[in-house]
Amino acid sequence: MEARSNTAVGVTLTINGVERNASIEPCVTLLDLLREEFHLTGTKKGCDHGQCGACTVLVNGTRINSCLVLAVSRNGSEITTIEGIGTPDELHPLQEAFVRHDALQCGYCTPGQICSAIGLISEGRAKTRDEIREAMSGNLCRCGAYIGIVDAIEEVMAAPKRKTVP
Amino acid sequence: MDRGPAITGKSIPRIDGPLKVRGQAKYAAEYEVPDLLHAAIVSASIAKGRVISIDSADAKSFPGVVAVLTHQNRPWFWPFSFLYKDPAGPPGQPFRPLYNDRVHFSGQPVALVVGDTYEAARDAAALVRVSYHREQHSTDLAAEVSRAYKSPRRRLGLAPTPQPTGDADRAFSEAPVKVEATYTTAAENHHPMELFATTVEWGDKTVTVYDKTQSPKSVEIFLKVAFRLFRRKVRVVSSFVGGAFGLGLRPQQSVFLAVLAAKALKRSIRLVIPRDQMFALGYRANSIQTVSLGADKNGHLLAVRHRAIAATSRNEDAQDPMLNFSASLYRCHNVKLAYELAKLDTVSPCDMRAPGAATGMFALECAMDELAYATNVDPLVLRLANYTERDQSENRPFSSKALRECYAQGAERFGWAKRSHAPRSMRKGKELVGWGMATGVWEAAMSPVPARAKVRLLADGRFEVTSSITDIGTGTYTILTQIAADALEASIERVVVKLGDSALPFNPIQGGSWTAATSGSAVQAACNKLKKKILSRAKQAGIVGNGQSTELLSPAALADLLRLSDHDNLSATATIINFPFGKKYTGATHSAVFAEVRIDEELAVVRVTRLVCAVAAGRILNPATARSQIIGASVMGIGKALYEDAATDHNLGRCMAHSFADYHIPSNADVYEIEVLFAEETDDKVSPIGVKGVGEIGSVAVAPAIANAIFHATGQRIRDLPITIDRLARSRD
Ligand code: FES
Ligand code: FES
Repeated sequence: MEARSNTAVGVTLTINGVERNASIEPCVTLLDLLREEFHLTGTKKGCDHGQCGACTVLVNGTRINSCLVLAVSRNGSEITTIEGIGTPDELHPLQEAFVRHDALQCGYCTPGQICSAIGLISEGRAKTRDEIREAMSGNLCRCGAYIGIVDAIEEVMAAPKRKTVP
Repeated sequence: MDRGPAITGKSIPRIDGPLKVRGQAKYAAEYEVPDLLHAAIVSASIAKGRVISIDSADAKSFPGVVAVLTHQNRPWFWPFSFLYKDPAGPPGQPFRPLYNDRVHFSGQPVALVVGDTYEAARDAAALVRVSYHREQHSTDLAAEVSRAYKSPRRRLGLAPTPQPTGDADRAFSEAPVKVEATYTTAAENHHPMELFATTVEWGDKTVTVYDKTQSPKSVEIFLKVAFRLFRRKVRVVSSFVGGAFGLGLRPQQSVFLAVLAAKALKRSIRLVIPRDQMFALGYRANSIQTVSLGADKNGHLLAVRHRAIAATSRNEDAQDPMLNFSASLYRCHNVKLAYELAKLDTVSPCDMRAPGAATGMFALECAMDELAYATNVDPLVLRLANYTERDQSENRPFSSKALRECYAQGAERFGWAKRSHAPRSMRKGKELVGWGMATGVWEAAMSPVPARAKVRLLADGRFEVTSSITDIGTGTYTILTQIAADALEASIERVVVKLGDSALPFNPIQGGSWTAATSGSAVQAACNKLKKKILSRAKQAGIVGNGQSTELLSPAALADLLRLSDHDNLSATATIINFPFGKKYTGATHSAVFAEVRIDEELAVVRVTRLVCAVAAGRILNPATARSQIIGASVMGIGKALYEDAATDHNLGRCMAHSFADYHIPSNADVYEIEVLFAEETDDKVSPIGVKGVGEIGSVAVAPAIANAIFHATGQRIRDLPITIDRLARSRD
């Protein structure tokens, strides 16, 4: 690491409510920072090109592909990753609905799907099943769990609002 | 069992679901290992030839780079290719990365850059300059048809292509109705969402390899032999696998290179294969097939001829059961099949979900649809007219076959009776509507290799079940939990299942839809053994309760027993050797798939708006996870029918797709309604637990059902997969 430290930059992020600092190369993506530096491996890498959505996290409440973002460019942001959603004893309603509708198989796309769905619900644009399908199409699932995914999201969207994390 | 199955057969939510929805399931690239180095592959830009020189000076001086490994400076490994054989490998010489200067396929690894960060390795890999001596390559299957051959050696465990019966040539030439056509299927890539990855923790005594594989045991044995790691303990861990679909059946390039680098540098290494390089790990063989069907005026089959030519690599004869079902699916006394391979300068093809069957049945089931129109018989009626209760290719009965029920229940649910037979006769708004159907079949078998399982009573009264088998998203954790809970008369909360670790009791590869039957039977046997042991120990200890086994296995009774006896001894291991199925029956799963497509006439955009999949697969252990398997396989079938094409530029000999932008897999918006029905099927012959497996069957009949629906909608018979907009538009204009 020493050989590279002359170009390293400091970055401060609030991740799942905890302030974190790192000194990183400017070329490090938010995704790699989360996974390699902070060991928050719930955020997945499926393509590194913004094409699969496995790396979806919420930045200041908005869903983004963390592989497309250089970590330093989000200095000072609030980041929510899957590790900050729900607890072992109390799953987030979406997490709970994903399990109940078997909206996952291998589980690799799942954290991205859930973060994306939280973003989608807070955007408030998708109302119908077709709109959910369209607005969730940035999140690929090779196991093909789409039907369960839409079922889960539809159900949570229809449920009377309760205070949810994040 | 002295009580009926209570938990198996129920839709228990996926046991590993809560972990996965919280991002807590760890995959191969996610293990924290101290002093970890990162590796990146430099891949060949030519399809065939030799590496003349590799200039790695710039890469080596890049900040953070530790080493650049090539065939010239790699550590020693065995020169004999037979030592790299793996149980899923076809006949031939397995490919070994960085073995010598030969380039066998475009995308082949020619160097490995190791750095102290992922970014350093990745960026430096772009600075490695390789010069080549090019040789003439061939990657075009169509150009190699004249050199197609019948493989002289059959793949281990693969049933031979059925022998001819009757005189198919004569019967065909004399048949009153004939259809004959050539079909092609594109090469496809598996593309599980998790990138192939390996993390090697290198120690003096132990090497722990976190790997994305469908068989930790085969990888362990492979590494020990290939890298002479006999003095070290090698442990391969794959607790969670982010999909594989066959690409993890054999030890992959990632594990080979990661361990190679770890051994060279005596350091821990992580190698993640980026999406573009995953195209060079293996593919579903593309094919050219000709089907000739002869029939009487009512559609009764008089002759079936099916010839398939499939791609393989220069170094191996990749084979799959492409035509193995063409002789047995329908009643016909004159059958002639020819399964041939043609060598291309590519990586070896690799089994992909329903290998062979998904390809061969596409051609046969489209040909059946063509016959339905040639005879003016409803496609479903045609299938029923040719229904067979016996496997005529082997001249024996099926262990069970509820295909008739699949047809009936699927048709009912779909509303098939409301279909009008003529093409272009159904419409909704400005879209043409098409309804098509197809039959699916896959073998129901147990693994030819024995499986073991261990179960032990834990100090807290729970049971721990261990097996080296993986769960690639199929639901193995869940069904094994259910089986154990039933056998031990316990609630599922009292069963802990640990999987995906080569240090656990031996299990074969997870594949071929045999895991549930094989590993499940082993778990059941181990649990039954332990139960017996507990009951006799309880008797010895004078614990009688009400005399019922349920009570003796209850937490309270077990706590008493644990106080009186050493719980370490309260364990049992069982081995299941391939169920003595003999040659008396043919085991098969079946499906009937009904598809609705809607096609924008002007734009030729196809939407698969509805699929009904009726499946007969013996006993269903968990309808929820089994349904997900069928839905997932159907989604992949939509991809096969409409999108997936690992197209090659034959001038360059290189796959033109490098990302999900140019290799389309179905997205959420592409998937509308998919309904799954399981026809009841009881089978006490196919496996000790009556299970047939559901991993592959869902993939077989979807593509032909969609192709047939497209014909029904448009009157255009597209015989080449995928049926893309340009193909549809071109055939129309
Ligand atoms: S990894 Fe970011 S979109 Fe695929
Ligand atoms: S659950 Fe496997 S990719 Fe979505």
